[in-house]
Amino acid sequence: MNPETNSDQSQSWHRANRQKIAPQKIAPWLFLAPALLFFAVYVILPIFQSLWISLYAWDGIGARQWVGSGNYVELFDDYRFYTALKNNIIWLVLYMLAVPAGLFVALFLNQNIWGMRFYKSMFFFPFVISQVVVGLIFTWFYNPNFGIIGQVWQFFGATPPSILGDERFVTYGIIFAGLWPQIAYCMILYLTGLNNVSSDQIEAGRLDGAKGWRMLRYVILPQLWPATFLAIVVTVIGALRSFDMIAIMTQGGPYGSSNVLSYFMFEQALSEYGFRMGYGSAIAVILFLIMLIFISYFLWVMYQDEKRG
Amino acid sequence: MTSLKTKIIGLLAGLVMTGSAFAGDLVINFDDPNPAPKAGFEAAVEAFKAAHPDVNVIVNINDREAHKTAIRNFLSADAPDITAWYPGNRMAPFVDAGQFEDISDLWASDANLSRNFEAIKPTMTRHGKQWGVPYSYYQWGIYYRADIFAKHGIEEPKTWNQLLSACDTLKANGITPFTIGTKYLWTAAGVFDYLNLRTNGYEVHNALTAGEIKYTDDRIMATFKNWQTMLDRCSFVNNHATMSWQDAIAPFANGEAAMYVMGNFSVAAYKDAGLTDAQIDFFQFPSITPGLARAEEAPADALFIPSGAKNKADARKFLSFIARPEIQGAWNKTIGQLPPNSRAPINKADKFIVEGFETVSTAAGLAQFYDRDAPAEMASEGMKGFQEFMINPDRMDRILQRLDQVQKRVYK
Repeated sequence: MNPETNSDQSQSWHRANRQKIAPQKIAPWLFLAPALLFFAVYVILPIFQSLWISLYAWDGIGARQWVGSGNYVELFDDYRFYTALKNNIIWLVLYMLAVPAGLFVALFLNQNIWGMRFYKSMFFFPFVISQVVVGLIFTWFYNPNFGIIGQVWQFFGATPPSILGDERFVTYGIIFAGLWPQIAYCMILYLTGLNNVSSDQIEAGRLDGAKGWRMLRYVILPQLWPATFLAIVVTVIGALRSFDMIAIMTQGGPYGSSNVLSYFMFEQALSEYGFRMGYGSAIAVILFLIMLIFISYFLWVMYQDEKRG
Repeated sequence: MTSLKTKIIGLLAGLVMTGSAFAGDLVINFDDPNPAPKAGFEAAVEAFKAAHPDVNVIVNINDREAHKTAIRNFLSADAPDITAWYPGNRMAPFVDAGQFEDISDLWASDANLSRNFEAIKPTMTRHGKQWGVPYSYYQWGIYYRADIFAKHGIEEPKTWNQLLSACDTLKANGITPFTIGTKYLWTAAGVFDYLNLRTNGYEVHNALTAGEIKYTDDRIMATFKNWQTMLDRCSFVNNHATMSWQDAIAPFANGEAAMYVMGNFSVAAYKDAGLTDAQIDFFQFPSITPGLARAEEAPADALFIPSGAKNKADARKFLSFIARPEIQGAWNKTIGQLPPNSRAPINKADKFIVEGFETVSTAAGLAQFYDRDAPAEMASEGMKGFQEFMINPDRMDRILQRLDQVQKRVYK
């Protein structure tokens, strides 16, 4: 509405109306202001601070020393960085299993039989408990002496593998533990998605003779696209920021072989033997750039969806 | 898990920790809330209060891991008058950043510090000045199952060959000679330190942790070759990379393993695991190179005055007070460790303390421990290398070359 176009209105009406419109324009900003402020102070500003600190050698308390790109040069020559990067890629790839696994569990649970609510809550359970607890449970689970793995192997008279103590298995062992809650997360996303699948289209599909795999592939999955997209987004981000499991289960060990970028960053900048703030920040910047690739892709997809919708 | 959680708690505690100290108040941040260490510390504080009724002592006791994180905040933001910390290279960042008070004057003038702390003085010294007062230290060595040794007729080994043949006997009887848990890495450094101290002696070991000789140096290579022999003929428990030092007590307690290279703080844990005084005993790490002067590991715990302290006069009084022989004696009797004051009485009823005192007081040199003697970054990579070596001894050359690179970068 534009009050200026109405020439019949008196001046006082104009003034009154303008005063009404101004708050309407300001209101959203007022409501956004706290969030924007916190986002700026706790997210945007630290990004630039990290960039800035990554150009210094600094132990966090003493004097900073300008090293320019020195930290990055060192990082790209650091075998630990490549170990962490390689593990991050393994995490990204294998963590994706949570999406189809979550879909499978959701399809399985999407039936009306007695006690289904109980089964659903059991499957959802690992997502509710803390990652720390999941990590601890799996640490015991993998323990070759008293864990289930050890007991099973010993039952068959074999020497149990030391999953968390062997550089060949350790990353896979942690990812497997991480998948447990992640599958539950994807399952919940799909369960809500399945609630919104239109029964008309399923009816129509059935009349046209679709069933089983073809029904899933051509009728249900397209309708689940929003849930799938969300599941992929949270899984990619979950894989890139995997930290808690590693901190609890191995602390990046044995000898750094299960490290990922986020834990490597923590180890260098904040752990007991760390306090290389500049180097830690350089790792953070690299991790941020990797995440930025995914985040911009996701934002682009969402933007395209918005435009269409 | 605990370390992460406690770190967060530590940060919070650091923020909350009292800012309202008045003149006459003496704020002390201590770092061990476990029953015995807390009791020992509090008894010393009570004695100080009785001797100085005019000083109002305020005590904050934090968890060890939390304290390690919080100290970086409270030293600059809201410094207490006294804080617990570690000597050697561990105090270097704070000394170099000017956050610890130089107390060389106290060391020169105080009746106890000037005379009865000679053995430990070098570790409290940086740039020729003294920065703190140690209240306790403890010996390292080999703790063993005396009952298992007796059953198989094994004597306490004095030499390398005796140790190796003791291992042969144990293995022949289906017992793993050594237990260890290297998940948190530092335990492996204890083994390395001793092998290096016995193979090359104190001077070479010091030169290595000071960055003066390389890891690929022939002498250090010799240490690793001895370690390889130890891995082959003695062997450690499997899966040690997944165990903490406490987890590693389980095989020791149930008789699967018979020896443990450890510090004296572990004795309480053996007893908690159900072992009695008669079942466990201690011997010094055997000699390797004949005729080498015997040096020992003896890490100390100390108290420091932050340079931002408000009540430095009373803080000095307190440090001087806890250097007294009777205070050091009582404190260390409670916590089962050794008093750094050479005139302090020791607990003669504790055989580990008696042997420990004998061990360190006759040592030709005292090392602080690898992660306190070497700078933090070197220590972190070094200990990872030790762990990797223990699991893959065939990678020795690669590991040592890598440590050389780290060394070149760290000691500029």
